[in-house]
Amino acid sequence: MQMKYWLPAAVVAMTMLSACSSTGSRSDASTAPSQTSEPYTDSIAPSGSALEGEGFDASMAAERNLKSNLVYFDFDQSSIKPEYQSVVDAYARYLVANPAAKVRLEGHADERGTREYNIGLGERRAMAVEAALRAQGVSSQQLSVISYGEERPAAEGHDEDAWALNRRVQIVRQ
Amino acid sequence: MSSLKAVLFTFLLLVCSGAAHAELEITVTGGDVGALPIAIVPFTQDGDIQLDLAQVVDNDLSRSGRFRTLPRGDMLQKPVTPTQVDAKTWRAQGIDNLVIGQAAKSDGGYVVRFFLIDTVSGQQIMAYDIPARSLAQMRYVAHQIADLVYEKLLGVPGYFNTKIAYVSATGLQHERRFELIVADADGENPRVIAMSREPLMSPAWSPDRKQLAFVGYERGRSAIYLHTLSTGKVKRLVSERGINGSPAFSPDGRYLAVTLSFENNPDIYVIDLQSGARRRLTDHYGIDTEPAFSPDGRTLVFTSDRGGQPQIYQVSVDGGDARRVTFEGRQNLRASYAPDGRSIVVVNYAGGRYRIGMVDLTSGDLRILSDGRLDESPSFAPGGAVVIYATQGPHGAELATVSVDGRVRQRLRQTTGDVREPAWSPLAR
Repeated sequence: MQMKYWLPAAVVAMTMLSACSSTGSRSDASTAPSQTSEPYTDSIAPSGSALEGEGFDASMAAERNLKSNLVYFDFDQSSIKPEYQSVVDAYARYLVANPAAKVRLEGHADERGTREYNIGLGERRAMAVEAALRAQGVSSQQLSVISYGEERPAAEGHDEDAWALNRRVQIVRQ
Repeated sequence: MSSLKAVLFTFLLLVCSGAAHAELEITVTGGDVGALPIAIVPFTQDGDIQLDLAQVVDNDLSRSGRFRTLPRGDMLQKPVTPTQVDAKTWRAQGIDNLVIGQAAKSDGGYVVRFFLIDTVSGQQIMAYDIPARSLAQMRYVAHQIADLVYEKLLGVPGYFNTKIAYVSATGLQHERRFELIVADADGENPRVIAMSREPLMSPAWSPDRKQLAFVGYERGRSAIYLHTLSTGKVKRLVSERGINGSPAFSPDGRYLAVTLSFENNPDIYVIDLQSGARRRLTDHYGIDTEPAFSPDGRTLVFTSDRGGQPQIYQVSVDGGDARRVTFEGRQNLRASYAPDGRSIVVVNYAGGRYRIGMVDLTSGDLRILSDGRLDESPSFAPGGAVVIYATQGPHGAELATVSVDGRVRQRLRQTTGDVREPAWSPLAR
């Protein structure tokens, strides 16, 4: 019985890692600034504008360390896996160093399961990232959470590769 | 027999923003072995009536799976009035029932006269004159005829003069466009109710079918909207921080059950639509969502993962403890009640497949109705003989119906884009 639960999760994790490391176009999306990776989100300021006039070295350095804005999850899970802790840590440092900066945490799910349940699951994932950021001293005023469930897939397709890329939280700077 | 009865014919005419770009195409597979043989003879029609009324009636009845219609090429005579019917000829072809009729101009519009004839007794068992004010109403007259025949021969109301609401999504990524569409139950006359570049979700009909509740996104938030079909007016009902989702009307239309998460995590609330007062029905740290009222309005079912995996729970409309009602399968989600209240349809996850299942609420037994891999959004058509759901087709997401015995399947798809989240309107009253 236990095997039934764990085997698919292991397969999912493996295919996800391979998908992330092998697909050039997708790693582009995960390393580019969040502003350009999500063309459908409107009202996004250009990268430097939020920091204009502040010019603290520490805050600039923290911003440069924002390499990826994506945290991926296992099927029906919302715990942050060790390999994505560095993404959360980088945003925590950036937000603590830039108290005026704000991010929106967009929670997403793969297409399996029902749409409204996946809205709940996406929110739970976004709130897991929110809690991790708060734990590192980020103010709640800097964070907002929205769930898109399965409505905004990053990858089309109906297989594990696509699903693994869609179970995610995107940290979007505002 | 009984004299001709003129029935007052009223139905909703939707005033909408415009015709949708693509109509639904319908294919039917399977058939009920107990289907009733019937012949719908082509009507004689005045010149300006282009619509083939008998064909619309024929399509309605044969797609229901409950009737087997005689192809026109096999008809040995084409009677228009009862005196022209040679019952023996039809009996010899195994046809027990016959629909004949004519459509003509009348004062102030048109009138369609039809007869249902029992070829065994030779008696006419139904006869109606149905007035129509305009040609645009002809299609609805045909559906009305199908409804009357269906009810007369099967004893339960027909559901052909109904609407289906669904969500269409076209384009990829940032090009994606969402439309909420309302079409006739046979896929004709699609009308766009709302469109957005942000997701549109979860359409739900009011019991008087005058309003649609749905979920949209605006200014970085989700919201539940109420659209009044006759006026096209849209009202934002609730837009709290967090989730605003899963609207479901109570059977009397006074309340809307919804999912809100502003008090920390998703729970079920009931909104009084007159006063706006809001009552929290569940309070659990799990995800509680996808509420649906029972037909008597006294209980609700909803999805909750409070036991670890999402399953269906039942709770009194007054609140209190929730009782788990699904046990077969790793997950069961998004329940809705059969019209008789004795069973629910759910999305059942087992063996790596999401399929539509029907659960008997007394015995707890599960019966799988669909054969897809990612089937979702099931609900009953009015009358309860058919379940509509969304499924993954070879060319994208499409809608499907299946008879509750699982024998007859219908696919409804758009030529481009995905169609999803079907909601069948109630019967007109």
